[in-house]
Amino acid sequence: MVALPDVEPATDRRLVDIRGLTVDFDMGARVSRVLHGIDLSIDKGEVVGLVGESGCGKSVTWLAVLGLLGPRAHVGGIATLGGEPLLGIGDERLSRVRGGRIAMIFQDPTACLNPVKRIGAQVCEALHLHRGIVGERARAEARRLLDRVGIAAAAQRMNEYPHQMSGGMNQRVMIATALAGEPDLLVADEPTTALDATIQAQILDLLREVRRDTGMAMVLISHDLGVVAENCDRVAVMYCGRVVEQAPAERLFEKPSHPYTRGLLAALPDLAGPTRRLESIPGNVPEPWNLPTGCAFAPRCGACRDFCTGTVPPYRAVAAGHLVACARAGFLHHAPSAQSSAVAR
Amino acid sequence: MMRYLAIRGLRAILTIAFVVTFAFFILRLSGDPALLILSPEAPPEAVEAFRKSWGLDRPLWEQYLRYFVAIFEGNLGRSMRDGRPALDLVMDRVPATLMLTLPAFALKLLIGVPAGIFAALRRNSFVDRLVIVCSVAGHSVPSFVLGLVLVLLFAVNLNWLPSGGADNWKHAILPVVTLGTAGAAIIARFTRSAMLEVLGQPYVRAALAKGVPWPSVVWRHALPNAAIPTVTIIGFMVGTLIAGAVVVESVFSWPGVGRMLVVGVANRDLAVVQCVLLLVAMCMVASNFTVDLLYGWIDPRLRAWATGASGH
Repeated sequence: MVALPDVEPATDRRLVDIRGLTVDFDMGARVSRVLHGIDLSIDKGEVVGLVGESGCGKSVTWLAVLGLLGPRAHVGGIATLGGEPLLGIGDERLSRVRGGRIAMIFQDPTACLNPVKRIGAQVCEALHLHRGIVGERARAEARRLLDRVGIAAAAQRMNEYPHQMSGGMNQRVMIATALAGEPDLLVADEPTTALDATIQAQILDLLREVRRDTGMAMVLISHDLGVVAENCDRVAVMYCGRVVEQAPAERLFEKPSHPYTRGLLAALPDLAGPTRRLESIPGNVPEPWNLPTGCAFAPRCGACRDFCTGTVPPYRAVAAGHLVACARAGFLHHAPSAQSSAVAR
Repeated sequence: MMRYLAIRGLRAILTIAFVVTFAFFILRLSGDPALLILSPEAPPEAVEAFRKSWGLDRPLWEQYLRYFVAIFEGNLGRSMRDGRPALDLVMDRVPATLMLTLPAFALKLLIGVPAGIFAALRRNSFVDRLVIVCSVAGHSVPSFVLGLVLVLLFAVNLNWLPSGGADNWKHAILPVVTLGTAGAAIIARFTRSAMLEVLGQPYVRAALAKGVPWPSVVWRHALPNAAIPTVTIIGFMVGTLIAGAVVVESVFSWPGVGRMLVVGVANRDLAVVQCVLLLVAMCMVASNFTVDLLYGWIDPRLRAWATGASGH
């Protein structure tokens, strides 16, 4: 195998660079590490999927980057945006980045909108903060944005409150608010998890359209591999506070290298191929304060060897842009699973 | 909206009627005013004449009906002590009580609300713990104990302030502080827990994520939401402005409505006691109603009349 760089070189296409990001939560009696050195980069205009089970640190990564974890969290490592540092830059500069350069939308849109403020006012607030537009001009722009995200009768809807709208509508409002700041990157944290299946598809379509129009980059945090396969250029798989594998989306679904990724793919139903028994990954995700030594996945891994439990496996490139944190990656040969190609279409 | 108001109004009248009825029967079952106001040694003819002149010789149900009819005519009866109309007597005392309860109310708000907000923002800090300790103490020490301690300290030992009476503004300081402390403690506790709950809500994090600076998040996003439970307790306190100082007025011999109530009960001065209780009931009902309207103004989800009327 050709020697490949283990870290992707920074280029001028690079938007966000995260190196060795750690997060420790101060629980009073003990300090619990939930991120163990995340390396992740986002290029301009790129869509990166972040997948993994709940609690693996997908959301925490981005909350940490934006300084949204609160005083109990201690964040370490480096995160840069366009070459400028993001961690520890102070609230004032950070609040210009939040919403202005990196916007974030969340899982439960209705709970994320202030219940006592009108929809229009909440969009206008972002316009005021990031583009300095106020008054009638702000309302006109807010109307245009709400119209853009597919809210019918936007002018009337602006005077309504979040509880008068459906979850899907509220997620559209969140997207409009995010667009108000004209960000370079939109972090969509499980944007469709709380919504009906039909609404899910509409919201994902909307995100695709909006991205095509604005050219902004997007991080799609999800535990739904199907959603990620359809929408992302590149995918990073997280397990217990580490990125265990990342690769271009097609490659990941065709040639998954980490046993955990393979396990996730094997747990998906295959709609096109022959009927087979769905596999599940044995065991449970360990608690953050009770991680095994070495590879955190070792106790649940079918390919585990003695050396796996000794040290944490380093990140290695198995192909261009395909990085895996598994000591046995490259030695584990097995045919690309039939179901993965179905997912990747 | 009209339907909502009608239902609320009807309920308010029922509440007041219930209080009045209750007071009427309890007072009449708990002793004979004739024996208390005249002395027990008074000749039986005098007692009989007194009863007759006040209508106490009639059957209870007839007294009750007459009383109710009189209320609707605006006649709240006369004091059995000096024969003046009960309403006039009570109204004479209202300014004195308000002189204590209004400054105390301001004190409660000025200390309680900021202390609660500040404690919530600095959760688990020294200030937060101090606020919690003070509010538990202020809440659990009965006002007559606190009043007596303050008298002992500032009137007896330090001799800075008078221990009772109502000659000038200095006399009001100790009772106002006594009244205000307990209220401030309660408001601080409510405000703190309301604020803590709101600060944990997803929309607070979402507001930060969209770039709202922290001070604006607190003022414009968190506070209006935290106001809902706090307004409840403040509204309740508004209802006690007229007669919420019964104990404190007694401790400091302050000539207000509360003291009049205590004296009136002791003397079985039926009309006066009933008049005070009617006034209290009306204040409570009015403040509850105001709180309900405020809810709707603060929180669009609670605009009960809006959803009721437009048939959503």
